[in-house]
Parts: sequence; C-alpha cells; structure tokens
Amino acid sequence: MRDFDFEIVMGLEVHAELHTKSKIFCGCTTEFGGEQNTHVCPVCLGLPGVLPVLNEKVADYAMKAGLALNCKIASFSKFDRKNYFYPDLPKAYQISQFDLPIASGGYIDIEIEGKKKRIGITRVHMEEDAGKLVHGGGSLAYAGYSLADYNRTGVPLIEIVSEPDIRSIEEAIAYLDLLKAILEYTEVSDCKMEQGSLRCDANVSLRPWGQKELGTKTELKNMNSFKALQKALEYEIERQAEVLREGGKIIQETRMWDENKGETISLRSKEEAHDYRYFPDPDLPPIIISEEWVERIRQTLPELPQARQIRLVESYGLPSYDASVITGSKAMADYFDQACSAYGIALPAGQSTDDKGKERAKQISNYMMGELSRRLNASDQGYQDSPITPENLVELLTLIEGGTISGKIAKTVFDEMFESGKKPKQIVEEKGLVQISDEGAIAAVVSEVVAKNPQVVADFKAGKDKAVGFFVGQVMKATRGKANPGLVNKLLMEELKKQ
Amino acid sequence: MKLYSKRAHELHELLVSKQVSAVELVNDVAARLEDVEPKVLAFVSQRIEDAKAEAARVDDKIASGETIGPLEGIPMAIKDNMCTEGIPTTCSSKMLHNFVPPYSATVVRKLNEAGAIMLGKVNMDEFAMGSSCENSWQEGTRNPWRLERVPGGSSGGSAASVAAGQAIFSLGSDTGGSIRQPAAFCGVVGLKPTYGSVSRYGLIAFASSLDQIGPFSRDVRDCAQVMNVIAGHDPLDSTSAPIDRPDYTSFLNKSIKGWRIGVPKEYFGEGIDAEVEEVLRKAMKTLESLGAELVECSLPHTEYALPCYYIIAPAEASSNLARYDGVRYGFRTEDAEDLISMFSKTRSEGFGEEVKRRIMLGTYALSSGYYDAYYLKALKVRTLIKQDFDRAFEKFDVLLSPTTPTVAFTCGDRLENPLQMYQSDICTLSVNLAGIPAISINAGFADGLPIGLQFMGKPFEEGRLLQISHAFEEATGCHSQMAPLKGGCEG
Ligand SMILES: [Zn+2]
Repeated sequence: MRDFDFEIVMGLEVHAELHTKSKIFCGCTTEFGGEQNTHVCPVCLGLPGVLPVLNEKVADYAMKAGLALNCKIASFSKFDRKNYFYPDLPKAYQISQFDLPIASGGYIDIEIEGKKKRIGITRVHMEEDAGKLVHGGGSLAYAGYSLADYNRTGVPLIEIVSEPDIRSIEEAIAYLDLLKAILEYTEVSDCKMEQGSLRCDANVSLRPWGQKELGTKTELKNMNSFKALQKALEYEIERQAEVLREGGKIIQETRMWDENKGETISLRSKEEAHDYRYFPDPDLPPIIISEEWVERIRQTLPELPQARQIRLVESYGLPSYDASVITGSKAMADYFDQACSAYGIALPAGQSTDDKGKERAKQISNYMMGELSRRLNASDQGYQDSPITPENLVELLTLIEGGTISGKIAKTVFDEMFESGKKPKQIVEEKGLVQISDEGAIAAVVSEVVAKNPQVVADFKAGKDKAVGFFVGQVMKATRGKANPGLVNKLLMEELKKQ
Repeated sequence: MKLYSKRAHELHELLVSKQVSAVELVNDVAARLEDVEPKVLAFVSQRIEDAKAEAARVDDKIASGETIGPLEGIPMAIKDNMCTEGIPTTCSSKMLHNFVPPYSATVVRKLNEAGAIMLGKVNMDEFAMGSSCENSWQEGTRNPWRLERVPGGSSGGSAASVAAGQAIFSLGSDTGGSIRQPAAFCGVVGLKPTYGSVSRYGLIAFASSLDQIGPFSRDVRDCAQVMNVIAGHDPLDSTSAPIDRPDYTSFLNKSIKGWRIGVPKEYFGEGIDAEVEEVLRKAMKTLESLGAELVECSLPHTEYALPCYYIIAPAEASSNLARYDGVRYGFRTEDAEDLISMFSKTRSEGFGEEVKRRIMLGTYALSSGYYDAYYLKALKVRTLIKQDFDRAFEKFDVLLSPTTPTVAFTCGDRLENPLQMYQSDICTLSVNLAGIPAISINAGFADGLPIGLQFMGKPFEEGRLLQISHAFEEATGCHSQMAPLKGGCEG
C-alpha cells in the first residue's frame, strides 16, 4: 500500500448472534423468522417487574469463542446496563458487559499474499440483541409510523473487538473471513450476514507514513455483507484521504454506510455521542468462572480452520490454495473429509497418503472448487445441503477412474446428479452412458470418418493440427461422446498414418 | 362478630372449626373495607366479587373435609407495585394507569396457591418513591389512627388497610424503609426481609439492589405465617438466595433470656423526638425484664447512609424507570411531533414531581465524568455501612432502634420540602444498604399515635427478629388495639 499517501489503520467490531436454542435471559426461542412478536415473553419484552436469569449456555458459547480466538478467560465477569432510549429496546437499556468482559487479550493469524499477519483481539463480551423496527415510509425520519418486532430482542450476541492492527482492506476482509470461519467451526454462531446474525462495524483512520500517533477515526456502521464492507471501506478511506490532502481535519464521528447511494453518511459527531451511563446490573450476580469450567469448554473446541488447512496439505498433498478455500467454510471442509472417507483415503492427522491417494484427493478438490461450488453458489445453497452427497461424488469419481465413463460424460452425469440427487451409477445405466472401450468398434467408426473426409486428410498431411481435432470431434459425435478418448486418439493416429 | 379485627391465625381456627365460613369472613371484611374506605382511601382497585367466589371455593373445600392452610380464605391486600395477572397494576402512577400485567409476581402466585384471598390493590407513593403516600396519582391514603395524618410510605395503603381492618394482612415493599416506616406510623407489624429472602420477580422495580417485599400484619404470628408462604428461593430471580427457608412460626413463644441487644447510639439523640425516645426507653426496660441485656454500641457510618442511599437508589431508578417511554404500554402523550418528543412528553406528563426529581438525580450520578465521584463513592460507603453491621453482629444477637424519629406527621406538612421528607427514613435506610432484615412493631403511643420499635438482625435471621418481637408483644399487648379512625384531613 506504499503507493497510497497515507497509512490506513483499522479495527473491526463484529457482532455475532450465538446459536443457542433459547434467548440470553428468558426461555424464548432464538429461531430466525416467525410471525412478528411471537417469540416473546414478559422478560424479553421488558414488562414492568420482570427479572433476567442468565442462560448459562451463553457463557459456554462466549467462552468457547474466546478460547478459539486465543483469549484469556476472566475468572470474574459481570453484566452492566447500557442505557439509551430507542423503540427497539424495550427496557431502554441493553444488558451488556462494560469493564469486565468474559474474554480478552487474544489474536488470530490471517494470511496475506502467503504471509502470516497477527491481528489482536481486544475483547469478547456478551450482550443481548435489540428488536427490529419496520418504518412505514422508508427511514425513521420520514416514517408516518413504525412497527416494532421483538422476536430478536434478547437473542444472545457476542461482540468481538479487534486491536487497530488492520492496515488494508484485504486484511480487513481476510480477518472477517477467518473470524467467521472460526465462529462457524466452533458452532457458536451460524454467521449468516444476510439474516443479521453476523454484523460488522469498522473504525477507520489514516496517518502519514512514519507517524506514530493515530489519526482521528470514524466509526462505520451498517455493512451487511463482505461486499458492503469492502465498498464502504474503499469509500471512507478515499473520503478521509481527500480531506487530509486538502489540509482538512477528520471529524471524530459515527458514519453509516448507505448501500443505495454508495457512500458513508454522518450519523452523529463525538459531541452528540450517547452517554450510555453504564453501571453494573443489580439484577444479575457476577459470573465466577472456575478453571474447571474453562477446561470443560476447552475440551469441546474442534479442529480450527488453520489446523485443518495444514492437515489437508500435509495428509493429502493438496495445494495450499485449495486447502485454504476448502477450509474457509466448515461445511465445505466437512464435505471434503467425508468424501475422503468414502474414497478410502481418509487418514488421521500427522499421516500422509500415497501418490494414488493424493491423486484422488486432488480429484475431489477439483470437483468441489470447480463445478460443485459453482452450482451451489448459483442456486444459493451451502455444502451442508448439497444435492450431491460426498458419497455420490466419490461414486462418480470412481466411475471415471475405472474408465466406465469419460470425463466429458461425467459432466453430463454430474449435472443430472445435481438436478435429481440420483446416484451416478443409476444415471449412467438409465441413459446408456457407459464408455465404449471396444477397440474394434471404435476403429470401425474411425475409418468411416476418415474415409468420408479426404480433404481433411489432405490438410493433416499438409501439417494442419486442427485436422486431428476435427476427426476426434466427429468420432465423439458418432458415438454420442461415449468413446474412450484415449483409444480414439490412438486409433485415429494409426488410421491417418495408413493414408 | 367483628371478624375484620381478628388476626389470621384466630380466623383460621374459626374456619377450621366451622364457626365461620370463608364467605362470611370475606363479606365481613369487605363490608368494613367499603365502610371506612371513604376515610382511609387505602385502595387503588378492588375485586370483591371475585374474592367472594374464591371464598366459596374455600368453603367447598372445608365442607368436603379437606384440610386448609393457615392463610386459606384469609382476606389480604397487595401493594399496587406487584404484578397481578389480569388485574391493573399501576404503581399509583399516571404512567401505568392502564397497565394490566399478563403475569403474576412470584409472591402473588404463592399467596394464591396458599389460598389467601386478595380484596384489592392498595395505594402507595408513585413507584414507591416517598414516605407519606401523598406522591400518589390517586388521593393520598390517611392514617387510621388520626385521619389528618399520613400513614407513612411508600407502602401507606398496605399499612393503613391492615390497621383499619380493611384486610387481615397485606404485602408491601421496602427500599429505604417503605414497609417499616408506615408500619410504625400505623401501629402494625412490618417486616423487611433479608435481601434475597423473598423473590422480587413481578415487583415493579424502584431500586433493584435495595427493594424487598415483606408482610404487614396485626401481630407477629401472622407475620411469621405470611413469611412461611412468600419466602424461599425463586429460579426467576437471580438475586434470590438459594437457601432453605425455616418454619418461621417455630421461633415464636421462645424466651430471649440472655440475648445481647445492641443499641446504636447514632439512632438516638438529636433529631429523635422526646416522646419517641421515651417510649423506646420504656420498651428497653421491658426487654431487660424479659432477661435480655441491652448495651450501647456504635454504627459509625450511619450519618452517611442518607446521602449514600440518595445516590444509589435514584441511579438504579433512573435506569429501571427508563422503559416507561409510551411505546408499548401505559400512558402515551397525545401530542408528539416525532419520536424524541413522544419520549420526553410522555415522561414529563406521565411521571409525578418526586419521580422526576429522582430520575434526574440518578441520571446525573451515573453520567460520564460524575460516575466515580458519586456512584462509585456511594458503593464504597455502602460497603463501610455493611461492615459496621458485620462488626456489631459479632457482639449482638439483634440491634434495636426507633423505626422513625417522629410519630406520623400531618398531611401536606413535608410535601414542599423533599429533604425534610427524606429525613423520616433516617432510621431505616442503612438496613437496605446492608441488605439485612429488620422488623418494626408497635412499642406504644404518644398522644394516641403509634410509635414503632425496630429490630435489626443478621442476614437470613428473620426468625430471631420474630422471636424477640413476639416475646415483646406477649409482654406488652400493644398490638391488641384497633385504629379508631378519628379526625379528618383537610390536605
Ligand atoms: Zn422471552
């Protein structure tokens, strides 16, 4: 980024909804959707007289996330009230954590152009989500009325605050990507940005290269996708740079990303910032966390994305690019591992497979990173609900490996598998797609095709390479693509030499 | 038969022996309620017909030979800050004048299950903020001993209804003296349990770290019976203590011989009326005659209790009362131009003066830049006050003091002067800050007005407070008089 006039300094604040069954302080379901105001009770509606009772699973999940992010877990933690008025906040305070968060002082290592970079995690704290407003007239300011839905009120959240260690938009994206993968792997959150279960705010500032002190920052809100994050950061960095280039000063403020206008808009300045009047919530006793409790949660930590990536490279010889794409999502990595099992090449960590196994693993990877991902993306599905099971994919690869079908036919079979969910063998049988490997049969077709096209034979003799392709195409056409391509090539060359 | 003047345990005997039916009992108390209500003004809402139907069911139970519990069929009143499913719960505030909770407070549920019969909801200072019951959206309740005097507050309706025979017992809540001070003014028994003894679930919060529900009754045995029903751990209240509750009646009829009673000097002298002190000195003699030893002691941080309380309680209240914004329930202003004006107009029109004063105080104390100087400092002082009590209880079984520095004052007298009003809780505030239990019982009279005696105990030792209170009551018989309902109030 040296070609840019300023050094970019960023930190991200990420909110993730925890994937617990019930809400943080009552027994209501956390399920997404549902008719408005049906997942509510007196407690999450904040009716007069109600009291919160902590769902201990929330502390478990927050601790698990903290451990996966290499944080220290507090032995003494507490809840505080964050006071502000808004119609989506029924108690007019949010129960959150102020000075004693459950986890702090962690880090994750992202990879940028093949190099590791460590991003510090300042803290992870628990809090409750607010409700949702639907404005009758676009935005709150112009609405004739607003409707409030409190289904989401009290759904548990963790807020993960990074250190201002991020120096480029690529780093910001890589950080959010890895963070999302870690939260998915640990199953603490389903991280669906489009449903709002993962939300990201960014603190952005610029400073001249070599300057120690941080520049004045702005806080960006309302980025609901990776794309929005990317565009909002691009816009804001350029906006700040322009102000600085013209000798102006950045105003410390909160700015909102407006997706439609493609710009960030000032929401409130530092002077207008809320005084949240945090104080310890007297309704909730402090949380005392024993070492045994931390250990119990540590035992439940799964293999994390980076460890898995290393394992895929070491055990199966996958290129590290393939491994990083596959382990970028837990569902995709699980799919790969299941496929390896089905192919008989699965190995415990620390062992590595032979060349044959590596070849098979690469075949699985190629299909996943190519056709399968393309089809899943196009139909807006994830690996967890792929119509082609890992077992069926391997069955297809086995048919290719054994020469039963050609690679070309395999594409047709694959499409049919994706549409119908049928097993590849069944499709091959139903459609008569078995590869022709009978030399006599192919030779007959080859000589017929050659005999019919003397002009092309002449071209071949004149040294025109295209001629071979033409003949192969004709043979394939005549056999409806079922001829073994290796045999076709061999027999064709023999036939042409005879001419 | 004047059933309304009897205690719950006496009425229980009459019900069990079938000398009186539950319907007769409810009819009698309801008639008394109706009769004196124009003078006392204790009730915010009544449910006499429903109460009669419930009484009929108790009679069916008795007729079929089933045993009934000690509070079954006994008419009661509930302070209007405890949620009652399907029955308006207003906190005596315009803000909640139309609020009907869809759920019941744990204490209400427990009393329902025990078969007690609620005749209605009783008056209070708005959101429990006040010491005279005059800060009510309704007209202020009167003291049944002399009607131009206040009944005390905030649980004024709870105390007055029991003193006037409009209910056999009642529930109130105590944040800084709101049970004990009106109990003293109205000459009844009022217990503030240890913080965490009785569930707060469904009690509309004033100051969450101080609020505690407790009973009003006409004698100590009834107080023990009600505690037997309402005390105990509640999984819906994270601050409720996970301990087994004793049988509180097992502490009655036991000697207090050899007990050491601490008499903190800070609770006597300046600010305490001579007539109050005189009655207290007499009570101390009685206790000595029962075999207790009375020793002067000191709670040195007592003078800081009032300022400390008036930072912590308003701070918590400013947050607890923020939810009344007109969005979901309760009062909403008629003329709002936008969201912010709806919030601010709703709150300035819906809350009374004292509530607004405390919200402002509390908001200020929690504001950035002032938090450390006020709120944090107050928390530290609170710890010192608690330590005073810890040290005293190393030497004493209970501590004794007047409940209030004066007898009930005249309606309107202190309304214009909040600081003078705050002084009436000077003897009761420390107990809430320390979270310990305390009881007020009648110790005698000055010019026909009751004077309260306060015993303070170690955490979760309500039983011992009942033991000494019962011994004193048996020795003096102070409890056996009914309030005369004399005088009139112009205020
Ligand atoms: Zn709920």
